[in-house]
Amino acid sequence: MTSRGEIEQFVYREARLADEHQYDAWEALWTDDAIYWVPAGSDDPDRHMSIIYDNRSRIAVRVMQLKTGKRHAQRPPSSVRRVVSNVELLADDGDDLVVGANFVAVESRDRGTVIWAGRYEYRLRRQAGALRMVRKTVTLVDRDRPLPNLAFLI
Amino acid sequence: MTMDDLIRADRVHGSLYTDPAIFAVELERIWYRTWVYVGHTSEIPEPDDYVLKSIGPQAVIMTRDRQGDIHLLLNRCSHRANLVCDVEHGNASAFRCPYHGWTFGNTGRLLGRPFNSGYDRSVAKENLGLARVPRVASIHGFVFGSLAVEGPSLAEHLGAAAETFDRLAQLSPEGEIELTTGWVKHKVEANWKMVLENETDGYHPQFVHASIFSVTDSGIGDLYDEKSATIARDLGGGHTELDLRPEFRRLDRPMGWCGTTEDRVPGYVSHLRARHGERAASILIDGSPHVMVFPNLFIAEIELLVIQPVSVNETVQHVTALQFKGAPDLNERMLRQTVGSVGPAGLLLADDSEMYARNQRGVQARAPEWLFLGRGLHRERRDADGHTIGDATDEVPQRAIWRHYRALMERS
Repeated sequence: MTSRGEIEQFVYREARLADEHQYDAWEALWTDDAIYWVPAGSDDPDRHMSIIYDNRSRIAVRVMQLKTGKRHAQRPPSSVRRVVSNVELLADDGDDLVVGANFVAVESRDRGTVIWAGRYEYRLRRQAGALRMVRKTVTLVDRDRPLPNLAFLI
Repeated sequence: MTMDDLIRADRVHGSLYTDPAIFAVELERIWYRTWVYVGHTSEIPEPDDYVLKSIGPQAVIMTRDRQGDIHLLLNRCSHRANLVCDVEHGNASAFRCPYHGWTFGNTGRLLGRPFNSGYDRSVAKENLGLARVPRVASIHGFVFGSLAVEGPSLAEHLGAAAETFDRLAQLSPEGEIELTTGWVKHKVEANWKMVLENETDGYHPQFVHASIFSVTDSGIGDLYDEKSATIARDLGGGHTELDLRPEFRRLDRPMGWCGTTEDRVPGYVSHLRARHGERAASILIDGSPHVMVFPNLFIAEIELLVIQPVSVNETVQHVTALQFKGAPDLNERMLRQTVGSVGPAGLLLADDSEMYARNQRGVQARAPEWLFLGRGLHRERRDADGHTIGDATDEVPQRAIWRHYRALMERS
């Protein structure tokens, strides 16, 4: 049985690693069959456009690109801090946990400050004693409107 | 409006990107006059389907009536100007204004006004329909609208760029293009011409996209190398192209245009062979166009980008994946690659958009006033069709865009 404390610890840690651009540590949180999904207007990523729909290898490419230091949309990296709240265990089938949360992130760049907000849904699995992300879905409140660059890890 | 002081053969003035007065003239002389791409018939396949679109900052409802005809209507009630449609897409034979209940058919005709006795007979219903985009025409399902009552036909407007749509259609196993994956809307703090000029700029990929080229073996970067056989072309009428076919033929790699190989999309390849026979081999090598149709439709091999100016320093790029009817295996691949490449988090387009925004901030500096567009001017040449061409990295397309822009802006 996974405790609420351990779940919250994981969620907050993932958020902090993303905020601080600790790319390797963040990437290590994913399982080998992971999906990182930021939907656009539709809920069917196999038939419709998404903002991000990364399988594990594309997550690796995204991180490698950031680590080159030449990803212009993150040069310099955005200054980001997010608050994750309303953490709720939605399902536990013995193997995977489904955890929901709300978030608000403030991103500061030369071009100005952007407030990002929405819903996180994590599918977590215990591997070698530690929780890992099998899936993270980020449903932005304004996902079907024109959005500016979203090049940090949300 | 004279452009003598703003546009020269090899340079343009920075105020063209920043002056709100020039933006206002652009709306009248370009966006509200010339043919502008609006939407695709596959987005409204059934009778009474509709979808919200735009012509520049103008909101447009694209409808299909019961007979199957396509209409472009301005989203403004003829009574007191409320928005009659606020749902992105749907199916409806009529739109009812929420303010006073006026109801319009999907052809724009006024059907009813509540409490009709309040109007005497001199107020004819026939004259109170929704405003219509006066000219609507399409090619291979791509619907264009012109807010000018008269002017060149769509065929005249497209000129040599019309063939682009034939090239696209022949890549479809059933000859039809479908835009069914929905749209990502990507906002950029820059003038629309920063975006327009970049779409057929073969000089920037090595620099702007170095980060992604260095961590993948996509091969896209080499297409725009100084040694590439790719040709930059002025198609006339402000339409421009980076013609990758010479480079694809040199590489002799079928499906290379889609970053894949024939064995990974066997269903698609066999269907295309069945349709085209021996011609299929060259079609599979030549691939899909990289053409910017002035002023707002960018056909980028596997995806489409539609440029929407919002204000002098704000532009929205609407992006979707190309889909070919009867090609499920290829369509899935094109969707995946498009999602990876474009939009706010795209491994390619986020960096382009960063450049647009930086350009817009940079051009606020007072000097040197001009942007230099002279690259490759000394080695411009003509192809067999009489089009001006240059090397992959030359600024032939940018000069072509400005030549046409100037002609439109100076026309009274």
